[in-house]
Amino acid sequence: MRRVVITGQGAVSALGMGAAQTMEGMREGRLGIKPLDIKDVDRLTVRIGGQVTGYDPAAYFTRQQLTFYDRFTQFALLAAAEAMARSGLEITEELALRSGVVMGTAAGGLHTQDDSYRAVYEAGKNRVHPFVVPRLMNNAAAAQISMKYNLQGPSYAVASACASSNHAMGQAFQMIRSGMSDVMLTGGSESMLVFGGIKAWEGLRVMSRDACRPFSKNRNGMVQGEGGAVFVFEELEHARARGAEILAEVAGFSMTSDACDIVSPGREGAARAMQGALRDAGLSPEDIGYINAHGTGTTANDKTETAAVRMAFGDHADRLAISSTKSMHGHLIGGTGAVELLACIMALREGVIPPTIGYQEPDPECDLDVVPNVAREVKVTATLSNAFAFGGMNAVLALRSAP
Amino acid sequence: MSQDIQRQVIEIIAEQAMLQPSDISLDATLEDLGIDSLGLVEAVFAIEETFDVQVPFNANNPAESDFDISSVRSMIGAVEKLVAGRG
Repeated sequence: MRRVVITGQGAVSALGMGAAQTMEGMREGRLGIKPLDIKDVDRLTVRIGGQVTGYDPAAYFTRQQLTFYDRFTQFALLAAAEAMARSGLEITEELALRSGVVMGTAAGGLHTQDDSYRAVYEAGKNRVHPFVVPRLMNNAAAAQISMKYNLQGPSYAVASACASSNHAMGQAFQMIRSGMSDVMLTGGSESMLVFGGIKAWEGLRVMSRDACRPFSKNRNGMVQGEGGAVFVFEELEHARARGAEILAEVAGFSMTSDACDIVSPGREGAARAMQGALRDAGLSPEDIGYINAHGTGTTANDKTETAAVRMAFGDHADRLAISSTKSMHGHLIGGTGAVELLACIMALREGVIPPTIGYQEPDPECDLDVVPNVAREVKVTATLSNAFAFGGMNAVLALRSAP
Repeated sequence: MSQDIQRQVIEIIAEQAMLQPSDISLDATLEDLGIDSLGLVEAVFAIEETFDVQVPFNANNPAESDFDISSVRSMIGAVEKLVAGRG
């Protein structure tokens, strides 16, 4: 069977511009969540987020480009550029036909929507910018990446709320494994940190007003972040033939549905997704040294996820490490699985497991080894990355050290 | 007033063409200036915003629109008519 490896990575997050900066933040246990700097923040009750700050779009893109790039597309393109540079891949005319893009996003161009609704409803204008549609569409980021790198194979966007990125990367993985393509740029990006986006989340009453403290007994909700990550997935022999540096192997993928509740997470569906990823990868539970948790910091998710890990791993649940980096960069919604895959790659390559920061009080219902507050050095050869979305949609990726 | 419209239309076109306004000839066509259909749509949007008018322009079929885009001069003339009709 064809095997799939990662040969490039790129990211933008509240922890920094670039994958290296984001991973360094994870290693240091740095807090990227801060007071939000957005329009009308005084009308919000939630005023913190993992915002990408000190970023000037004009430093990276021309005015003409920016007329087509919503913020979520900008993040995707920056991450893609970094990933492509890291991979050293050259897209020849022949390879272009065997390469594509699958990107996750939950909301697409929400800045564009928010600005345009303001124009017609608030300012009473009767027209909006002519490129609102190509800027806000969910596939805008995937399309711009395919155009920039001349990737002419399968390209599309995946929307499954908080699991979008994992579903996207899982699809890209399966396409290469099945022989449909040789190279896929994949990951996800999101920017819901605008007035309308946060207002919508406020309504659900699952947002914390002070901090994201996954698995801690005093946790009081999630905190949104923004950004994204893109990876170059490549068929193993293709990567070897060109002497590419292999960052990790994508070993397996599984997706399940709770088929139960639109917002409440389910234990069985999550457990089945983890077991499925192990089976798909040919790994046994004992092989897994680290799980990057979905770990949103809500009461319901963290205890359900803990129970699901126990169900899937049995006794081994007490011997593996699990952490939630959302405590540092916030919940990137449709982009979150992509940025969090970096935590798995770091564990595999550097033997460093990022911490769950903000951890203050043990919770008997979240009694796994959550690597509280400080990163840990441990040799790890296989990891899982969990994403459990609203709608009961679960997607889990299994990574293994570079072969 | 008319000079003012001419100057502003040229500025809008120049921005799309990524040229200085002084480099825009009245007889130039959009093609001469390297403005594609997307640039035209953006220019039409800018004209509407600047002059508070509705430009009768359909990007699906520019040739059949009432708005004459055959040259910079014709566009200025079309905008002048729209502005006159506005009052």
